[in-house]
Amino acid sequence: MTLLHHLTGAPPGMTTRALMLRLAGIGAVLAGTAGAFTYAGGWLAPDALTSARVVDRFEQVNGPHPGFRRNHAKGLCVAGTFASNGAGARLSKASVFSAGRVTPVEGRVALAGGQPYAADAAATVRSLALRFRLPEGEEWRTGMNNIPVFPVRTPEAFYEQLLAAKPDPATGKPDPERLKAFFALHPESAKAAALIKARTITAGFADSTFRSLNAFRFVASDGRTTPVRWAFVPERRPEPGSFAQEAQADKNALFDTLAAELRQEPRHWHLVVTLGQASDATDDATLPWPSDRDSVHVGTLTLTGAAPEDAGPCRDINFDPLVLPDGIAPSDDPLLSARSAAYARSFTRRAGEEKMPSAVAGTSPNGASL
Amino acid sequence: MTDSTRFNLPARLLHWSMAALILTMLLIGVAMVTSLADYHALVALHRPLGLLILLLAVLRLANRWRRPPPPLPRDLPVWQRRAAHASHIVLYGLMLAMPLVGWAMLSAARYPVTLVGPFVLPPILPQSPMVYAWLRELHTVLAYGLFATILAHIGAALLHALIRRDGVFASMAFRSGVRSPATPRTGT
Repeated sequence: MTLLHHLTGAPPGMTTRALMLRLAGIGAVLAGTAGAFTYAGGWLAPDALTSARVVDRFEQVNGPHPGFRRNHAKGLCVAGTFASNGAGARLSKASVFSAGRVTPVEGRVALAGGQPYAADAAATVRSLALRFRLPEGEEWRTGMNNIPVFPVRTPEAFYEQLLAAKPDPATGKPDPERLKAFFALHPESAKAAALIKARTITAGFADSTFRSLNAFRFVASDGRTTPVRWAFVPERRPEPGSFAQEAQADKNALFDTLAAELRQEPRHWHLVVTLGQASDATDDATLPWPSDRDSVHVGTLTLTGAAPEDAGPCRDINFDPLVLPDGIAPSDDPLLSARSAAYARSFTRRAGEEKMPSAVAGTSPNGASL
Repeated sequence: MTDSTRFNLPARLLHWSMAALILTMLLIGVAMVTSLADYHALVALHRPLGLLILLLAVLRLANRWRRPPPPLPRDLPVWQRRAAHASHIVLYGLMLAMPLVGWAMLSAARYPVTLVGPFVLPPILPQSPMVYAWLRELHTVLAYGLFATILAHIGAALLHALIRRDGVFASMAFRSGVRSPATPRTGT
């Protein structure tokens, strides 16, 4: 009877060798369980790209801006409704597409990038994020941009591009050599960048077309699925060109103009759903779909008002593109899950931080208040 | 036939099914917070499994209250008896707390708590980013605590099964009569 027998409560008849073996066995089971946990948590692959590293890179490129979104940091809350015309009901069983259904919508217009106080510029990517509140607690959230395709195909390329496109402090512009090296590694991004650069830039938010860029799947009530991309297309014809002069006076001209326009009258966008065919890439957001694809106008978004972030309903909402109602499902696009993960990480970080007022008050510089 | 040296069949079924579910949940949880490619699929699994564990934990407590567990062996040292008692309070507490904290934090963040298809749980807290941030951190800390307690539980269970052989493990096992105190083993 050894001390080990005493400590473990082993019967005296168990040989020390048998006891040691059994203890080793128990240790192996515990080590295996802990090992599985360690493996699942990614601690054995410290070089893998994680949501934390993506958000870290935003903070590295843009500097610290606590309380703000790590991307699309500068924004304004908007609100309105979506009226379905019923044409989408054959494609998706989501109740938001039922004929005659009017769904309340909260949203946010923003400029891409992690600088909450940057001056508005015509070429900066504009975004529209929407939150449709369906009956029974279901929601549809979507974040869209005013560009024809997304600049990268994978989360890894996105991570590399963030650094490659970081403005050089000396020139205020990205290092051309670095960008060249990135595009050499990612020819699909070079093509996408050309399409993005060639887009028509409209006067403001109100006449911009906002696109889902990523593909999704609409699921009909009979189970049939259709690959789709969607766009919110302004009802009023775009008016190019008038933005540049205003920018001189007001750093927030794009936002203030939209807020003023919405004070005058509601603005409308048609939700146009493009139906993909079997040959159309659903896993590559850098590729446009052929222009002859069928598209269906399924309803009208009406924005009726704007409010600054600190007073509006949008600041504390994560416009996670994978908050989807039954009837809309993700495609195989690898960016979707990565966006969901990175948005969640950014949201968790800023949720716990002190909030600073947004640069955008939604008022014009001559003092008209909201 | 009732057997006062073993847990009743519902308790054993609940124990082993929940053991598998909770270990799976911990692995899903720790994987999803770093994963990009599988984040959405893992989160979509994490929510309904969490609710299932909450419901099973309530059932299990009700069954335990109706049919108290068999007593521990009389020769078990007092500190081990206390540790067993305390760890079970922690295990039951966390089985209930983890899903509730998860549900509450998603409520505070105004994420819809989608289960399957169109089914969404209602929020149980008002919207508050600060409360969300605090509960989100708590969810992580409690998960590590639960995992550590489960490791201790597995280690102690195996010690009873392989070394002490005092019937404690057998009281939760499915094969009857193995290594129970009524059938003394080697050289006592």
